[in-house]
Amino acid sequence: MTDLTRLTAADLAASLASGEISSVEATQAHLDRIAAVDGDVHAFLHVSDHALDVAADIDRRRAAGEHLGALAGVPLAIKDVLVTTDMPSTSGSKILEGFMSPYDATVVARSRAAGLVPLGKTNMDEFAMGSSTEHSAYGPTHNPWDLDRIPGGSGGGSAAAVAAFETPIALGSDTGGSIRQPAHVTGTVGMKPTYGGVSRYGAIALASSLDQVGPVSRTVLDSALLHDVIGGHDPHDATSLTDQWPSFADAAREGARGDVLKGLRVGVITELPDSGFQAGVSASFREALDAMAAQGAEIVEISAPHFEYGVAAYYLILPAEASSNLAKFDSVRFGMRVNVPGGTVEDVMAATRDAGFGPEVKRRVILGTYALSAGYYDAYYGSAQKVRTLIQQDFENAFSQVDIIATPSAPTTAFRLGEKIDDPLQMYLNDVTTIPANLAGVPGISIPSGLAAEDGLPVGIQFLAPLREDARLYRVGAAVEAVLVDRWGAPLLERAPMLGGNR
Amino acid sequence: MSEITPDLVRHLGVLARIQLSDEEVEQLTGQLDVIVDNIAKVSEVATADVPATSHPVALQNVFRPDVPGDMLTVAEVLQNAPDAADDRFRVTAILGEEQ
Amino acid sequence: MAKNALMDFDRALELFEPVLGFEVHVELNTETKMFSAAGNPANEKNHAASPNTLVAPVDMGLPGSMPVVNEEAVRSSISLGLALGCSIAPSSRFARKNYFYPDLGKNYQISQYDEPIAFEGQVEIELSDGETVVIPIERAHMEEDAGKLTHMGGATGRIQGAEYSLVDYNRAGVPLVEIVTKPIIGAEHRAPEIAKAYIATIRDIVRGLGISEARMERGNLRCDANVSLRPRVAPGEPTPPLGTRTETKNVNSMRSVERAVRHEIQRQAAILAAGGTITQETRHWHEDTGTTSPGRPKSDADDYRYFPEPDLLPVVPSAELIEELRAALPEPPAARRRRLKAEWGFTDLEFQDVANGGLLGEVEATIAAGATPAAARKWWTGEITRLANAAGREPSELVSPADVAAVQVLVDAGTLNDKLARQVLEGVIAGEGTPQEVVDARGLAVVSDDGALIAAIDEALASQPDVMAKIRDGKVQAAGAVIGAVMKAMKGQADAARVRELILSRAATPAE
Ligand SMILES: [Mg+2]
Ligand SMILES: [Zn+2]
Repeated sequence: MTDLTRLTAADLAASLASGEISSVEATQAHLDRIAAVDGDVHAFLHVSDHALDVAADIDRRRAAGEHLGALAGVPLAIKDVLVTTDMPSTSGSKILEGFMSPYDATVVARSRAAGLVPLGKTNMDEFAMGSSTEHSAYGPTHNPWDLDRIPGGSGGGSAAAVAAFETPIALGSDTGGSIRQPAHVTGTVGMKPTYGGVSRYGAIALASSLDQVGPVSRTVLDSALLHDVIGGHDPHDATSLTDQWPSFADAAREGARGDVLKGLRVGVITELPDSGFQAGVSASFREALDAMAAQGAEIVEISAPHFEYGVAAYYLILPAEASSNLAKFDSVRFGMRVNVPGGTVEDVMAATRDAGFGPEVKRRVILGTYALSAGYYDAYYGSAQKVRTLIQQDFENAFSQVDIIATPSAPTTAFRLGEKIDDPLQMYLNDVTTIPANLAGVPGISIPSGLAAEDGLPVGIQFLAPLREDARLYRVGAAVEAVLVDRWGAPLLERAPMLGGNR
Repeated sequence: MSEITPDLVRHLGVLARIQLSDEEVEQLTGQLDVIVDNIAKVSEVATADVPATSHPVALQNVFRPDVPGDMLTVAEVLQNAPDAADDRFRVTAILGEEQ
Repeated sequence: MAKNALMDFDRALELFEPVLGFEVHVELNTETKMFSAAGNPANEKNHAASPNTLVAPVDMGLPGSMPVVNEEAVRSSISLGLALGCSIAPSSRFARKNYFYPDLGKNYQISQYDEPIAFEGQVEIELSDGETVVIPIERAHMEEDAGKLTHMGGATGRIQGAEYSLVDYNRAGVPLVEIVTKPIIGAEHRAPEIAKAYIATIRDIVRGLGISEARMERGNLRCDANVSLRPRVAPGEPTPPLGTRTETKNVNSMRSVERAVRHEIQRQAAILAAGGTITQETRHWHEDTGTTSPGRPKSDADDYRYFPEPDLLPVVPSAELIEELRAALPEPPAARRRRLKAEWGFTDLEFQDVANGGLLGEVEATIAAGATPAAARKWWTGEITRLANAAGREPSELVSPADVAAVQVLVDAGTLNDKLARQVLEGVIAGEGTPQEVVDARGLAVVSDDGALIAAIDEALASQPDVMAKIRDGKVQAAGAVIGAVMKAMKGQADAARVRELILSRAATPAE
């Protein structure tokens, strides 16, 4: 019998629709896989105790002839940044240990309505602050390719769960690369939609003007299928776009079979120097570009002179907004409370926030408080918002010359756990390629481009498109994926080491 | 070098309501100094003629009709309360006045 | 609490020039809150809601929750801005004001900072002698209210000495418009009166617009009063800069606004004259003692770290919307006064009596509800004002115009006499229900059964046999003694005029 955990969401959905398998079987297979490997990977913070009930309900409804969504019955992992009514939501923080939300995030509600089966909540850097998932209050997640290495962050749990075949698809959130960079280091696919394309309602806010929820998967089509479920206007999120979106799954299918690469103008940014990138990352990037060119794509050098200010602007805007968004964790209404005998409520708040927040959160909250302080606002936050304008202009100029921009998804392959934990600045520089999309709001996708020669670890290529052109990324991403998988003879993840001893 | 000093960090801790230990203050002072030196470069290109962008996608007039909905029950409101009494959240004595 | 040294008011005005400023918060009466679809406790409908029953996720800052702007609150704010003579910003935006307090669910208040919806206006107010003063308005901005803290334990129920506090988030997110004046210079000895007249005018404006219940005792209208003094200088010398100001909070009736400003002028003058300096601080008004006490000094903890609210988008009202709302504005208070005076046919004195009592709206509404102008005036400037003064409250806080009109309707119908009507009013004020309910519950209607009255009259005449003769001799006033006796027998529940009629008609009947 086929191992159901090796199937893509699209294939599982097809088998479920044909009645060949049941959702209970599919869900049980993934729960078994979690039981077998998650002790090593630690992708999950919480595994649902009623996933099988949900699956059984879907099976019953299907048997009754009910019309179900395309992904009905398919298991789904949910990043712990998204609030859920039936499982705790901690955002990777001790301060929210055991927190039960009285409402579901919109993307969760839509996933449930579409018949997806939530398996559990995935690990992440505390409040999504980090690029390695080492800043989780509940211990790090391990990269399935090498358990001594980081799975990326902040959404390392969702990426690792997908890479380790614990779930076919997962939800993530991307504030500066937290979907795309984990995809890069785990050999998976991660998509950050256009800002406002997916509702943020119920996503525990890190930086409101940068955060975006998106899909994580092993194939481009699977991300597109999940994006179709979660996307679209939500009146609970004032920044949500009212656009009518095309079917992203259709776009991916069109890309996979068509010749969309022919004549496609692909921009490569001159200011992103090869020197800043690990050799194997650069090489893999060039190989992918060559493969695209071989299909008729035109590689065009473009200039984005302000991208180099992106990291600086990002590390002002993010901490500033985060310092305000995280003020709600004060021990009054929910979350941890540290008792201070004889203390005032002010003492209790300060002691709770000291005990409940980890070092990276404190660092960024203090930094953001500084950036917003009277006397510094104009020089820091105000200037950062101007850099944002300049980066948007860089994108506009670039997209007047090319259809799509390509970059390596991140400068290095997965580094070792602990390697950069004491050097916040080095950690921040990891986001150099992913940050511009968040600052400008444009969509970005990372798909596997190969393995780095020197360490055999996965590398991703990132594609960026103009605002609202998410479908273009699915079309191009699926086309490149098809070409590369064809070259490799099998999906990249087939080369990942076995885990847990039971295949 | 930037102007991050232990006193400033301590003051920021008060504003951010985080009780920082002396050790944390010392560590943060050093780290923030390096970080601020690095990110202060935004002012190099942020000239007066560049408008600020606070939202990546420019929308305006996003409103909600004045129609009731979305309310929580008292049980849901208090579901995660560290301490509650008489259907309200309970907190220990308050020192300062409201602003 | 240490007693404040005060300087005689007139002496203070000889030495110093007072400069005033006001921040008035108006709670809008929309159906839902500023940023959530939870019911609005500042709307009459939700007035009696129990704690934490009007709460949406964003009102208590639940993780993941997001604000969405109430369109009606924006329209109300624009209308109010226009009524204040302000320009409406072509684009305005929300900002976060960051500070920690347990009544603030998110630990930031969504307010407006550098781009308020309305700015640069002026309001004409009228003083007791009919003179008008123009108050310059700096801005009016939209924001949200905080929740409610109840301090428990300790002696006073106040924050000092309380052991713990309880937090109710019903009020969190109530739509507010904060109206900020520019410094008001030239108020001189009328400063306290100007303060009161300004608040009364704001109240009349928002009531006229129908955008707030505007009940000060319920906190629908709240005033912070800024007062500073600067020394007088000889003619020709340069004007000194504005003095250090204090901000007196918690002044929540029109009477106390007047008293607080007077008190603060006298207190500051005493300090300055003794060579002291004024501390820039918030001060708290104590209704019971009529004094202020120091609150928190301004410090760098007041670093609110404002920044544009990333969860909300700019408000860009179209010219059409602004003109639509402008066209729907009620007439300005001064014009309204002129019109009402003509319509009601009051003498100057009668009208001033109503206007100075801040009772124009009440009288107007009472007339609209069915009373004659004379009756409406009589109730509001008479009995209700008397009761309000005795209770140290505003007449409008005691009873609604509809109830006053209902009482008068019962009088006109002969159901109540004046004395009973006053009792009914007291019952309504005591919260016993509508006038009819009070009449029913207390059994207060006049006895309109002539048979019962005639029996009482006969009984009274029997004990005063000479009265009939006197009346027949033309000494009609002799009936008074009988009327008194009858009214007493009827426990006041008789129409004295009817009793008199019956006595006289009996006297007119030939003796048996
Ligand atoms: Mg104020
Ligand atoms: Zn205010």
